[in-house]
Amino acid sequence: MTGLVVEIGEKAFPGASGGANPPLYKDFRLEIADRAFVALLGPSGLGKTTLLNMIAGVDKAFTGRLDFTNGRRPRISYVFQSPRLLPWRTVLQNVALPLPQGADSLKRARAAIADVGLAGSEDVYPERLSLGMQRRVALARGFAVEPELLLMDEPFVSLDEANTAKLHDLLNDLIAARPTTTLFVTHDSREAVRLADRIVVLEGPPARIARDITVPLTREARRIPGEIERVRDLVVGRLQSVAAVNG
Amino acid sequence: MASRLGWSAISLAVFVAVWWVIALAHGDFRLLPTPPLVIDALVVTAKSGALFYNLLVTLARVAASFLLAMTLGSALGILLGMSRTADRLIGPWVVLFLNLPALVIIILCYVWFGLIESAAVAAVAINKIPNVAVTLREGAASLSRDLAEMAAVYGFGPWKTLRHVILPQLAPFFAAAARSGLALVWKIVLVVELLGRPNGVGFELQTAFQLFDVATILAYAFAFGFIVQAIELGIIQPWEQAANRWRR
Ligand SMILES: Nc1ncnc2c1ncn2[C@@H]1O[C@H](COP(=O)(O)OP(=O)(O)OP(=O)(O)O)[C@@H](O)[C@H]1O
Ligand SMILES: [Mg+2]
Repeated sequence: MTGLVVEIGEKAFPGASGGANPPLYKDFRLEIADRAFVALLGPSGLGKTTLLNMIAGVDKAFTGRLDFTNGRRPRISYVFQSPRLLPWRTVLQNVALPLPQGADSLKRARAAIADVGLAGSEDVYPERLSLGMQRRVALARGFAVEPELLLMDEPFVSLDEANTAKLHDLLNDLIAARPTTTLFVTHDSREAVRLADRIVVLEGPPARIARDITVPLTREARRIPGEIERVRDLVVGRLQSVAAVNG
Repeated sequence: MASRLGWSAISLAVFVAVWWVIALAHGDFRLLPTPPLVIDALVVTAKSGALFYNLLVTLARVAASFLLAMTLGSALGILLGMSRTADRLIGPWVVLFLNLPALVIIILCYVWFGLIESAAVAAVAINKIPNVAVTLREGAASLSRDLAEMAAVYGFGPWKTLRHVILPQLAPFFAAAARSGLALVWKIVLVVELLGRPNGVGFELQTAFQLFDVATILAYAFAFGFIVQAIELGIIQPWEQAANRWRR
């Protein structure tokens, strides 16, 4: 069980001149069910990355609470908005380092690297890879951990369509294989519809939930562009009722 | 590497040639001996065993004070770089010691602790610690927050974080501190020996100075300079290259 409830009384960053900036979040609440796949949409600069940072526990400077339904912190993978690899460690070391030490860890890391299509690059240093390849290493690192809670911040930008489609499938397989709760930030509403079973659209500031949409599509229907477009109309706010989608 | 060694050899040969010409032109070999006279002096001190004994004694002092200064200076610098409070409290002391003349520190150490070995090593180390601290403070202050957050999220723990995240970021700063440190330490060690030790290169130089024996002075200077250069080429540079192999 890895559902969670985020309650933010207030989150504001200190301003440049010492005072406080207007708050990014005020009396904000988001509930995420166990094994849900929630996509988070919202304009740039609203605070989506900040929200993931607070959930991941790297940003503790806010009032509010974080409740995990099983009472302890789950095993978290966080695929950051930038790859955040260790430039002085090889691809293989980067993926293997978060894993518990053991004979098994290198094997798992190799498998994860092959899964993202980078077999053969294990011994390369990250700065010699293209940005898209670095992103895929970061994904391999996040997936290899076998997380209970998977946080992803625009993980598929700067990738080509074929790779993105492959990684979407990989993500689906990963989630199907193990109970995983996913929170996925993206600017691409089509991608959100294709992947998520719930889409939360934020507006602000301060950020509030403008629309909270359950995606009523089966895995097969998600491959049909027409179906995707119909739900997308709802997401971007062109249609107001679920009936229009289902009808 | 090979061509760089070649260029160094040519450059050194030119230096020796110019020196030789000036010495011949000047004519007073007691004040400015020719290269062969210096080599003669080198052979004489080497045969008596004095050269190796004194080089060894001095090298041991260099090593001890260098390690002491690097350890304490790094710890202090990292503390100052990570904690703003510590930097506000202790930072001004570092600046004070940075600007204190080496001679003052040496004399005070000898006056307060006596003409003993530990006072000599401490005097050299104290001279060097502020430099190391300032360099490492810079390094610690520029540590990447992004990577620290990554390590925290993925549960690296303190040991893995230190080894794979923090120390590699500090490596260039260690190298810079070590390089400038070696140059500074061995110069100060000679002064310390001259002022208060009964052996070592510094002591021998003083004896030679009293006898106006310029050839022996130069012989010691070159022997020791050669060793320091060998340490730089044989240890520091290869280590730096290995530590930088990931760069594009
Ligand atoms: N460390 C920080 N210090 C000060 N302000 C910050 C800091 N981090 C983020 N902010 C501010 O908080 C706001 C939200 O930033 P955040 O990165 O969460 O946006 P975002 O929704 O992820 O945007 P994008 O879609 O462009 O990634 C921005 O206005 C940003 O300037
Ligand atoms: Mg962001």
